[in-house]
Amino acid sequence: MDKKELARYLELAKELRLKIVDVMTWSGGAHIGGSLSIVEILVMLYFKYLNIDPRNPKWEDRDRFVLSKGHAAAGFIPALAMKGYFPEDELQSFNHFKSPFAMHPDTNKVIGCDASAGSLGHGLPMALGMGLGARYQKKGFKTVCLMGDGECCEGSVWEAAMAISNFKLTNVIPIVDRNHFMIDGDTEDVMALEPFADKWKAFGFEVLQINGNDIAQVDDALSRAWKMTVPTMILADTVKGKGVDFMEGNVKWHYAAADSELCQKSKDSIMKEYEEAVRCLQ
Amino acid sequence: MSTVTGTTWNCYDSATMTPREIYGRTLAELAKTNDKIVGLTADLEKTTAMIHFAKAFPDRFFNVGIAEQDMFGAAAGLAKTGLIPFASTMAAFASMRACEQVRTDICYQNLPVKIIATHAGISFGHAGTTHHCTEDLAIMRSMANMTVIAPADGIETSRAVRACMDIPGPVYIRIGRGFEPPCYKDESYDFKIGKAVEMREGKDLTIICCGIAVLQSVLAAKQLEEQDGLSVRVINMHTIKPIDKDAIMKAVTETRRILTIEEHNVIGGLGDAVGSVIAESGKGCVFRKHGMQDCFSEIGYAEDLYSYYGFDADGIIDKVRQMMGLEFEADENWEDE
Ligand SMILES: Cc1ncc(C[n+]2csc(CCOP(=O)(O)OP(=O)(O)O)c2C)c(N)n1
Repeated sequence: MDKKELARYLELAKELRLKIVDVMTWSGGAHIGGSLSIVEILVMLYFKYLNIDPRNPKWEDRDRFVLSKGHAAAGFIPALAMKGYFPEDELQSFNHFKSPFAMHPDTNKVIGCDASAGSLGHGLPMALGMGLGARYQKKGFKTVCLMGDGECCEGSVWEAAMAISNFKLTNVIPIVDRNHFMIDGDTEDVMALEPFADKWKAFGFEVLQINGNDIAQVDDALSRAWKMTVPTMILADTVKGKGVDFMEGNVKWHYAAADSELCQKSKDSIMKEYEEAVRCLQ
Repeated sequence: MSTVTGTTWNCYDSATMTPREIYGRTLAELAKTNDKIVGLTADLEKTTAMIHFAKAFPDRFFNVGIAEQDMFGAAAGLAKTGLIPFASTMAAFASMRACEQVRTDICYQNLPVKIIATHAGISFGHAGTTHHCTEDLAIMRSMANMTVIAPADGIETSRAVRACMDIPGPVYIRIGRGFEPPCYKDESYDFKIGKAVEMREGKDLTIICCGIAVLQSVLAAKQLEEQDGLSVRVINMHTIKPIDKDAIMKAVTETRRILTIEEHNVIGGLGDAVGSVIAESGKGCVFRKHGMQDCFSEIGYAEDLYSYYGFDADGIIDKVRQMMGLEFEADENWEDE
């Protein structure tokens, strides 16, 4: 990826982070940590890889995206707005009465959302079905499913993983946001996932382990996954709360609300990190 | 950090004790004198307030990660070794995700597993439909051996947690998000599983309710007395199963009008439980079920949704007024008349 392209994605990532902080402020509370950790993944999917058309959200041949870690709606829904599915100012209604936007994304209400989510462990089975459906109907679309690492405690994740591998589906791309935290603490303290990559390998996957907050690495992994001829998943090591220095890697920021002061402080931190990244580019 | 509103974390700094908070502490207290009590959660030890138990008894507390089916299966296993497991997660996951584990592993084997289901009804409104639960009373009622309780507030939750120790089989206790205002002042009232509490006397109409609707019904009844001169009885039917038939039949014969209120679908929950008692008795009365009218809830903070769906005093007053206009068939042959 050349510098110009990288600069564009860096800027989009910064924009998305700022919107996430806005949503945290407007909504009265959001899953901020796990929304910030997936920003680079969302940006690369929505602005480079997914073959979608915001003017035709139900287009049959579109690539599908399932946000299985539905609590990251505060990251996902602003990304849809940035992509042009609906006006960005609608985000101000987040969580409020009769809003289409809640803490978890609702396919009946959010334009561009391919599957309702929020109860963890539902996404990968649905992605499996979408992959089987595409293959049977000879459609070329891909289905990407983004899960939390804590979410992988759910047995249904592994039931679907087993099936994706059994059916040799290469049109379904599971991504795990390995930010190391669930609600009650570090995954390794609450319910150990390691050796995590080996588990996916044992289930028959080619594992692409990357730094999921590094745009170039996310780009590289997605471009490879898109072309793979064997079932492939992306294990994205990320930082929970990425981009807001005082939230990074701190379990306390799984979910939070913000007043205007906290909002500003968070945005300042995002801008600082962004400017630093831009400086490094030059 | 600024204060967090409407979140699962608020129980930390809330000045008044929320249902979650109280039961968490009550449980920890009970466990001091009973080493058979063990605790389980699925990555929600803070959210469900199991943390008090977890901190006090780390050796008999198990956080299984985000794996509710595993949790209820394991609770059954623990019970089979002679222990009394208290397992807590959100109502949607307890009643639906792990439904078969609860039914087959716990109820069919009639094991003393006590389920504390939080965020029931539409109390977690802004979380969206995946986190609403207006089906659990229907699901749990239909399981043989299960006792189903929907306490009115934190104090009653605490009573229920203590009382369920006397039940040899499984118990399902459903509570809200934990922000519900208190209904009782203290624990010094007569609480017995299966025995309804008359919150207010009345002869024109009886409201039979549970959960958050109890406080609101009491408020509504007061206003109806002042504004309309109506005498409205309020019955807190905290135990949905086994249901207190005597209290229902007394209301049928004495008030001839019954309104049930539940933060649940009107299909399969409290209203239907009360309705079948009335129908089987063969006695007629004006009967209405107030609750979610077989629909999924809108998104929004609980307070807004409660007023939208008429679960607040104003909404209840409207319902009562509508019912007062309805006539019941006079029946001279009633032996108790
Ligand atoms: C089935 C189910 N159980 C419990 C929850 C409550 N919950 C919401 S977020 C969360 C932790 C998720 O951890 P992880 O998947 O690692 O997400 P992240 O850390 O990226 O936010 C839990 C337990 C849920 N949403 N669904």
